[in-house]
Amino acid sequence: MKFGVVVFPGSNCDDDTVGVIESLGHQAVKLWHKQTSLENCDFIIVPGGFSYGDYLRSGAIARFSPIMENVIKHANEGGYLMGICNGFQVLVEAHLLPGVLLRNNSQKFISKNIYLKTGTQNSLLTQALDANKAYKVPIAHAEGRYFADEKTIQTLKDNDQILFYYCDENGNINENSNPNGSLENIAGICNAQRNVFGMMPHPERAADIALNNVDGLEILKSIVNC
Amino acid sequence: MKFLAEINVMPQKEILDPQGKAVKIGLQNLGINQVSDARIGKHIQLQLEAGSEAEANQIVTDACKKLLANIIMEEFEFKLIQL
Repeated sequence: MKFGVVVFPGSNCDDDTVGVIESLGHQAVKLWHKQTSLENCDFIIVPGGFSYGDYLRSGAIARFSPIMENVIKHANEGGYLMGICNGFQVLVEAHLLPGVLLRNNSQKFISKNIYLKTGTQNSLLTQALDANKAYKVPIAHAEGRYFADEKTIQTLKDNDQILFYYCDENGNINENSNPNGSLENIAGICNAQRNVFGMMPHPERAADIALNNVDGLEILKSIVNC
Repeated sequence: MKFLAEINVMPQKEILDPQGKAVKIGLQNLGINQVSDARIGKHIQLQLEAGSEAEANQIVTDACKKLLANIIMEEFEFKLIQL
């Protein structure tokens, strides 16, 4: 599988993402936001960072970069697409995923390890995950509070689209394990067609044994083990 | 015709606005206790050319819906001033 990592001005997790994909034995290329070609990539990743300085709203302006037209087309034609952190914000602004990401309820930028539990194994991103395990993965965001209207949340539940919940280290999903005020502790979702994924936590930052945490690598391995 | 659009984008009423909440507490800490609520949004000014006020209205509404506001979480209102 060939991976393409989109780079906007202000992206800062592109190197980490490329590095992890390569460590899994797959090709990864960077795709500059001004180009339109996806260079025949099978799987596009919109990485974390602060595209366009988060001006107006996080992800709002990146959505209109030249490359996004083909990224949206790729997704609408069933191609795989994943947004991590700022990438998730870009994908909700592009209406490829439902809902929005609001300012954290604490009003602070939060950078710390949290725990995640998968809500479904019925997706490429979560198929190889242990449903009972709490995965330790870092978050680093100021706007990560997932919000959508009641009807959308119900649809996400009915269609099994909630990929990750914030939990504690024992896997309990409750208010205390919710770092940012996300509705229902939602940390990651997919679209109804199950080819577009978005998550606020950074699996690519927990993917190197030197960092003493490879839980994120397990999540990303799920993609390539298909 | 030249118009100035004065646009206000506000978080929807039912959505928690932590920024506004922090400011309200700040005001109360200053002894300005009469303030019972604070909500923070954005004020945007656009200058534009349009054939009529109705056309200007349409252009600004389009700009708000497509980019300036995310209607899932925000609402917008604006007034047009002919320059």
